[in-house]
Amino acid sequence: MPRAQKIKEPLGDRLLLALIYVLLSVVTLSVLYPLLYILSSSLSSPKAVVSGQVWLLPVEVSLRAYKSIFHSSQLMLGYYNSLVYAVVGTLINVAFTVAMAFPLSQKGMPGRKWILILMMVTMFFDGGLIPTYLLVKQLHMLDTRWALWLPGAFSVFQVIVARTFFQTSIPTELQEAAQIDGCRDSRYLIGIVLPLSKPIIAVMTLMYAVGHWNAYFDALIYLRSEELFPLQYVLRNMLILNAADPEMLANTAQQLRDQGFEQVLKYAMIVVACIPVLIIYPFVQKHFVKGVMIGSLKG
Amino acid sequence: MALPDPDETHVGAAEVTLAQGEMPMAQTWTKMKRSWELYAIVLLPVLYLIIFKYIPMFGVTIAFKDYSVVKGIWGSPWAGFKHFESLFQSPNFPLLIRNTLGISFYSLIAGFPVPILLALALNEVRSGFFKRSVQMITYAPHFISTVVMVSMIILMLSPHVGIVERLLTFAGLPTTDFMGEPKLFKSIYVWSGVWQEMGYASIIYIAALSGVDPALYEAARMDGASRLKKIVHIDLPSLIPITVILLILNLGSIMGVGFEKIYLMQNPLNVSASEVIATYVYKVGLLGANFSFSAAVGLFNSVINLIFLLVVNAIVRRLSDNSLW
Repeated sequence: MPRAQKIKEPLGDRLLLALIYVLLSVVTLSVLYPLLYILSSSLSSPKAVVSGQVWLLPVEVSLRAYKSIFHSSQLMLGYYNSLVYAVVGTLINVAFTVAMAFPLSQKGMPGRKWILILMMVTMFFDGGLIPTYLLVKQLHMLDTRWALWLPGAFSVFQVIVARTFFQTSIPTELQEAAQIDGCRDSRYLIGIVLPLSKPIIAVMTLMYAVGHWNAYFDALIYLRSEELFPLQYVLRNMLILNAADPEMLANTAQQLRDQGFEQVLKYAMIVVACIPVLIIYPFVQKHFVKGVMIGSLKG
Repeated sequence: MALPDPDETHVGAAEVTLAQGEMPMAQTWTKMKRSWELYAIVLLPVLYLIIFKYIPMFGVTIAFKDYSVVKGIWGSPWAGFKHFESLFQSPNFPLLIRNTLGISFYSLIAGFPVPILLALALNEVRSGFFKRSVQMITYAPHFISTVVMVSMIILMLSPHVGIVERLLTFAGLPTTDFMGEPKLFKSIYVWSGVWQEMGYASIIYIAALSGVDPALYEAARMDGASRLKKIVHIDLPSLIPITVILLILNLGSIMGVGFEKIYLMQNPLNVSASEVIATYVYKVGLLGANFSFSAAVGLFNSVINLIFLLVVNAIVRRLSDNSLW
């Protein structure tokens, strides 16, 4: 009896698969290369960067640029401000999102359809930049931290995701049992729903936090005082408008500056700005994927 | 839009039959009293919606007024369609429209198929280290902020020291001042966007592909379908519903090109290609304090967007079963 042979895929199929692997590798490397190049440049000497010796790995490794960054009070203040905006802002976001999504997931609440419509309308109609700005101005929130916290207190998308989760992933038997035992709605939310919703709340927290950390637009339109500027706004001034912080260059010899030290500084600033997000990214990547998928259920 | 009566929708079918004798109003009232805690919870978010979303919606009336800071939104005199007329007659108007639509359609045509192709390719690869790495690396740029992204673009494209110029010189190709060349602006904007978002945007398609019934693949194998046939006849059709919905949503925001990135990429040299409606609203309205005119421009933009969304949705509903509503 002939031995059972492993079924070989046809040549065409194997070629296609090989092509797919090659293409995916090319795409992945083209995403990776700019990131590695920036990291390497930030660690190289100015001379090597400006004369074009850096291709992939750092040349003449030096941490000088990073040291200078820590001397810049503007950047450090920006870092601190961004942390404050992200932490408080995310707390507000999560609280508002849950407070909106939970009642909307309760079938027994009269008027819930109307509240849902009230919310969905804002996805399609929008006052626009100028009326919103005038409102913030009238509320005397211009140039205060509140301007970065309140106008975007929750995103409709996140509310829909959370509501879908509350409706589909929490067994209704739990609620019935709780109600029979005389459990109030608020108690049910805090004692039963929230502990069961940890995964979705984690996703939501991360998405909001990354959003706050990366935002610069609200600071651009609402803030005037330097001591309130978040990191992204400070970076925009330094990297794109080329307004370097004199403190950062104070300890640097003129010779080094002539060699293009500011160029290296820019690369280092980019790395420093990305660090918080990059550190948490590998741990949360799976959750982000989950968040997108729950959101897509609703489509 | 026909809205269902809220009272009816919340009463379960069983309760309806039980409660036929009672007054429905009274029943709703007891239900409302029982839900008072839910109303208390939802109060703040609803207030937020009214204050920060609905008041600005009505504040849009300043587009039809001559807004003065002293008199406020309500006290300012009406101006009719004056601001819209001056927008349509402005020499900037054709340029704004051309740039806004040009960038949007270019983004859509270039950016829309790439995540689908990526998802289809990833779907062929067996789970393992390779697949995980590809996913992890291609998703990562999504989390880079706009400011950092634009800084990266500027640094890499900068004349003499940028890596792109060095690579092109190395390959013997001509170079130029990329950021100062209006002709190149759209391409730089669009392809850097593809680079940043393709991985993350593919997630939703990968999810759709993972939901395909395995029996279909088995049947295809029995019939001797090749890998390519399988992709074309099973994978692609299964992506159609989600693709259509995303396409409608994308077309619905065709006039809403991202202010944040374009504004940062703008410089005096490329402004003829990079001035779009959103950046114009910001400059005229907030920097120039010309609130009424700028609000009119913004309103014009939103209305065109909404019309686009409705028309596209209607066309798609005619042609297929997939539509937003």
